[in-house]
Amino acid sequence: MNRRRVWIGLGLVAIAGAITLLVAGGLRENVVYFLTPTELEAKGAEVYGAPLRLGGQVKPESVDWNPDVGRLFFVITDGETELPVESSGAPPAMFSEGMGVVVEGSYREDGVFRSHNVMVKHSNEYRPPKEGEHPREVYRSLIDEEAGG
Amino acid sequence: MLSTLGYASVIAALLGAVITTLTGLIGGFRNRPALIDASRRATYFTFVAMTAAIVTMEAALLTHDFSVEYVSRVGSRETPSYYTAISLWSSLDGSILFWGWILSGYAALVAFVRRRETDGLTPFVLGTLGFVGIFFFGLLVGPANPFGLIIPTPENGPGPNPLLQNHPLMGLHPPLLYLGFVGLTVPFAFAIGALLSGNLEATWLRDARRWMIAAWAFLSLGVIGGAWWSYEVLGWGGYWAWDPVENASFLPWLTATAFLHSVMVQERRGMLKTWNLTLIIGTFILTLFGTFLTRSGILDSVHAFTEGVIGPLFLGFIALLTLGSFLLIAWRSDRLHAPGTLDGVVSRESAFIVNNLIFVALTFTVLLGTVFPLIVEWTRNERISVGPPYFDMVFTPLALLLLFLMGVGPALPWRRTSAEKLRRSFWLPTAVGVAVAAVIFLLGVRRVYPLVTFGFAGFVFATIVEEFRKGVSARRRISGRPAALAFLDLFTRNGRRYGGYVVHTGIVVIAVGLAISGSWKYEREVTLRQGEQLEIGEFRLQFDEIFTREEAQRFVVGGNFQAWRGDRYLGVQQPRMNYYPTSQQPIATPAVVTSLSKDLYLTLMAFDSENGEHATLRAIVNPAVAWLWIGGLIVGIGALIAIWPHGRPAYLPELAADLAGSAPMADSLLIADSGDAGDAGRGEEAVTVGEEESAS
Repeated sequence: MNRRRVWIGLGLVAIAGAITLLVAGGLRENVVYFLTPTELEAKGAEVYGAPLRLGGQVKPESVDWNPDVGRLFFVITDGETELPVESSGAPPAMFSEGMGVVVEGSYREDGVFRSHNVMVKHSNEYRPPKEGEHPREVYRSLIDEEAGG
Repeated sequence: MLSTLGYASVIAALLGAVITTLTGLIGGFRNRPALIDASRRATYFTFVAMTAAIVTMEAALLTHDFSVEYVSRVGSRETPSYYTAISLWSSLDGSILFWGWILSGYAALVAFVRRRETDGLTPFVLGTLGFVGIFFFGLLVGPANPFGLIIPTPENGPGPNPLLQNHPLMGLHPPLLYLGFVGLTVPFAFAIGALLSGNLEATWLRDARRWMIAAWAFLSLGVIGGAWWSYEVLGWGGYWAWDPVENASFLPWLTATAFLHSVMVQERRGMLKTWNLTLIIGTFILTLFGTFLTRSGILDSVHAFTEGVIGPLFLGFIALLTLGSFLLIAWRSDRLHAPGTLDGVVSRESAFIVNNLIFVALTFTVLLGTVFPLIVEWTRNERISVGPPYFDMVFTPLALLLLFLMGVGPALPWRRTSAEKLRRSFWLPTAVGVAVAAVIFLLGVRRVYPLVTFGFAGFVFATIVEEFRKGVSARRRISGRPAALAFLDLFTRNGRRYGGYVVHTGIVVIAVGLAISGSWKYEREVTLRQGEQLEIGEFRLQFDEIFTREEAQRFVVGGNFQAWRGDRYLGVQQPRMNYYPTSQQPIATPAVVTSLSKDLYLTLMAFDSENGEHATLRAIVNPAVAWLWIGGLIVGIGALIAIWPHGRPAYLPELAADLAGSAPMADSLLIADSGDAGDAGRGEEAVTVGEEESAS
């Protein structure tokens, strides 16, 4: 009876240890740091290839979207540091110059941030509609913004 | 007018809950029938008051009474009536109102069902439910009052959250989730009630377990429904992102599932009493914690609406309940000793114990991944996120282990077994599992996780079939009924056990669906000019034009894409973007062509806003996703079979046959249940069990 208890106890400890290792390893490998361009530049080679989220603004007149090959280039800035971003896939619907974005991807030796996901950041997701505003007008104003007007 | 009426109703409900708590607890402790009666009537009264509040709110919403503060925030004259009606749960205070109403409904149902019960538990249970009610009704009276009066009355409002009004499923998924979440309060109340009353024998456990299965069924459907909604509405092509909101609904599901298994060990062997109490209490605390995480704005997530005071109040309530429960368990620890011990290392009870360890480990890993960003931000002031890869990496092996156990547990006998018996019960399922994995391997699949999933799925399915076969043949020998009827008999005579196997079948189907859709999904993103075609897998798409459509509450831009699968024409598919006045971002609506083998999933990513000449489309081929929804349905049906009242709990005779080990427990069960145990069937069932035991 006692010997069995010891074995059961050892088994439980082994299971708990395995799970702890799994969790610790999982966290170490899969934590995604959220950085600004300045912080990223300071870390430099330390973070080459690591999954990152980079937050900043789209530098005006830096956007180059090629719908035929599905490549988007732009420069992200936090006012201090500028970094080129290359993204696969279409820009999100409300993407425009000067707006806040979060890009997911990784930083490479060539100094370009390769992104697979560009997210538009809103300080406040919902805004109150203006007096008597119709959805069509909202759409127009948004489209005009997107076109840079 | 409606504002005053609604607020008065909520105050009345709060008053009712206070009276329930006081009369229930005092009446219970001092054993005063008059007070106990009063607690029941106050529970009914609270339900009536909350129903009045809900009806008032619905009336205000549907008549567009913008003088009511909540309506002025989530209502608009343009919103279709259906979405106006369901915008009850579009925002925080409305959600709490809905939560409170369901809570009062559950409490009234408990009071009604137990109105003739004489075990002395009812007043404590109602008192506990009343106490939880005080918190929620208090929120409604104070910081989350939806009935505030707006002067002057606005002409119109902004309408509900765009995500709420984008798809009809929003009318189904939140209520299911709420029924599950709030339903978990009831087993909690039984646990606390049992601790308070000191009557820790079997009746509380039987009731807690029944209510837990009901709440668990709703929660399961709610979680699956949430995945379905995410898939059909959000347009990102997946169904589960390990978003904190999803995790919040999943965490209590994990602990509740653990309880539904470990409770059997207590019923059969009298073991794990403290553990089961802890699971019930932990499950309820996790529902509150999940609500706190997602509703306090502490994490940013698509669902989290921010509010100020409510977060700290939730946290305080959680701390109070955790501490109180802990003290109660410590106070009653002398009554929580286990009469039974673990006899054999290879036995059904040890399978259940391992099952529980894994469920708790899963809960821990998901919880840690969810709150880890908060911990890091607080301690190191660095901002991080923990992405789906962490969850996938940690969750998958543990979940596979559970899948395997699902085949082992039911085929193991209680107490102990012999190597010979093991060989006899497991050679066939093992052969089936290995054969399935081998066939899949020969078909060219080399990935480890899908192969293991298929092998385990075959193994589990074979044990389930074997269980049903044994049950049917035992029934046929006893009653001489034909196989089909004997099969149905299993559900009516032992619904809990065989309903449980149906649930397991559903889980196996979901596991296979997850493995296939997670491993063989592929996608392309392309920009098409008018008339251009795209081929993806066996699907072909042609972009025709961009269309726009004005609807009352939104402006819709969509693309017309003709679709073919091989030579079969699938019609014109219309992925869309919807522009709502209140949202800076359009809300995408994907077009999904579902079939049993694979879905074609289309999202409009960008379009030429000047001439409509080109459109950027994301096309995803998602295999086997439909099996997740089918599996969810099977789980729901199984749970329904398990809780369907058949009068007589079928485990009684099993206990009678198994009295030798844990006599006190079994005795109390027999006494407690003798009222609804049919004598005629009892002997026969005992024979069935005997047959089954010897057959295995």
